[in-house]
Amino acid sequence: MTEAENTTGVEKARESSRPKWGQMIAWVVLLLLLAIVALGLKRTQEGPVSVGKKPPAFELTTYQGEIISSADLKGKVVVLNFWASWCVPCEQEADELEAAWQTYKDRDDVIFLGVAWSDMDTKAREYLDKFGITYPNAPDLGTRTSQAFRIRGVPETYIIGKDGLLAHVQIGPFSSVSQITALIDPLLDQ
Amino acid sequence: MLRNFQLTNRQSPITILLLILVSLAIPVTAFAQDADPTAPTDDEVNAIAKEMYCPVCENVPLDVCGTQACADWREEIRMKLAEGWSEDQIKQYFTDRFGDRVLAEPPRQGFNWLVYVVPPIAFLAGVIILIRGVQSWRRIEPVSVGDEPSPQAEEIPADDYVERFEEELRRREQ
Repeated sequence: MTEAENTTGVEKARESSRPKWGQMIAWVVLLLLLAIVALGLKRTQEGPVSVGKKPPAFELTTYQGEIISSADLKGKVVVLNFWASWCVPCEQEADELEAAWQTYKDRDDVIFLGVAWSDMDTKAREYLDKFGITYPNAPDLGTRTSQAFRIRGVPETYIIGKDGLLAHVQIGPFSSVSQITALIDPLLDQ
Repeated sequence: MLRNFQLTNRQSPITILLLILVSLAIPVTAFAQDADPTAPTDDEVNAIAKEMYCPVCENVPLDVCGTQACADWREEIRMKLAEGWSEDQIKQYFTDRFGDRVLAEPPRQGFNWLVYVVPPIAFLAGVIILIRGVQSWRRIEPVSVGDEPSPQAEEIPADDYVERFEEELRRREQ
């Protein structure tokens, strides 16, 4: 074996022992992408926020311009109702929600809050006028609140207890005022 | 009574001409009142709507979506166009209200860049892997069955273990 062949062999050995940065970077990038995809899939597969857990924080600006933050609602029973003017099932429960609100509106420890999801302001205001809804309502700007609560449609209602934990999730419309009050009343004694 | 409406021979040509003119003018006037030349057409509305998606009907472009929610959105686009808003202003309005996901083409910012960067990088990586694979296949010398062993093959040093194994076999055969 000649000296030249020996030198080539040594160079090859050196090359093979060198870290292959290109491959390493490619693997790292691939793993990062997979992690992002996995996180996205995990998030989409999750259902609505669980009862007994702390619900997500939110901040809404009502159609009257009032800013309502979840931080300001501590110690109150919060009835957070997601609705839309184009949603027929929402109309079924609109009167019931307003009637229930009328029974609690003089109390300081209960608040009803409507969130218009994917709705146009003009249509939403027409809807509120049509059903004579008096409790605060706000558009879901950027769909941030609905995404935080991972809602899957409207109507959906989240009842939060005085302890700040989610007490009930109502998927679909309420059928009566008594159904709503039966869910709220036990939370008033907390 | 009917007699009062009967036309005299002298009045008839002028009156008939007037009646014809009036009858022709009425629908033209009515049409002119109904059709507002500045009102946005369906095509103008749909040109913007086809680049948008409402959160209610995922994967269905706004221009062909049949739900009431999408009809309301298209109506809003029509109103904004009538008010003189540009396409970009309308898209920004919807993005502010409903988030980036209403746009068919996400804005080039933050994590959205992945959508634009990853596919070309993946394509280039695939091309590089393919080229290197083809190059490595070419370096392998083809050996056909029945050929004489190449000088290179003869130069390969024998394995000690194989040699000892063959020696053992030969001894046993004797």
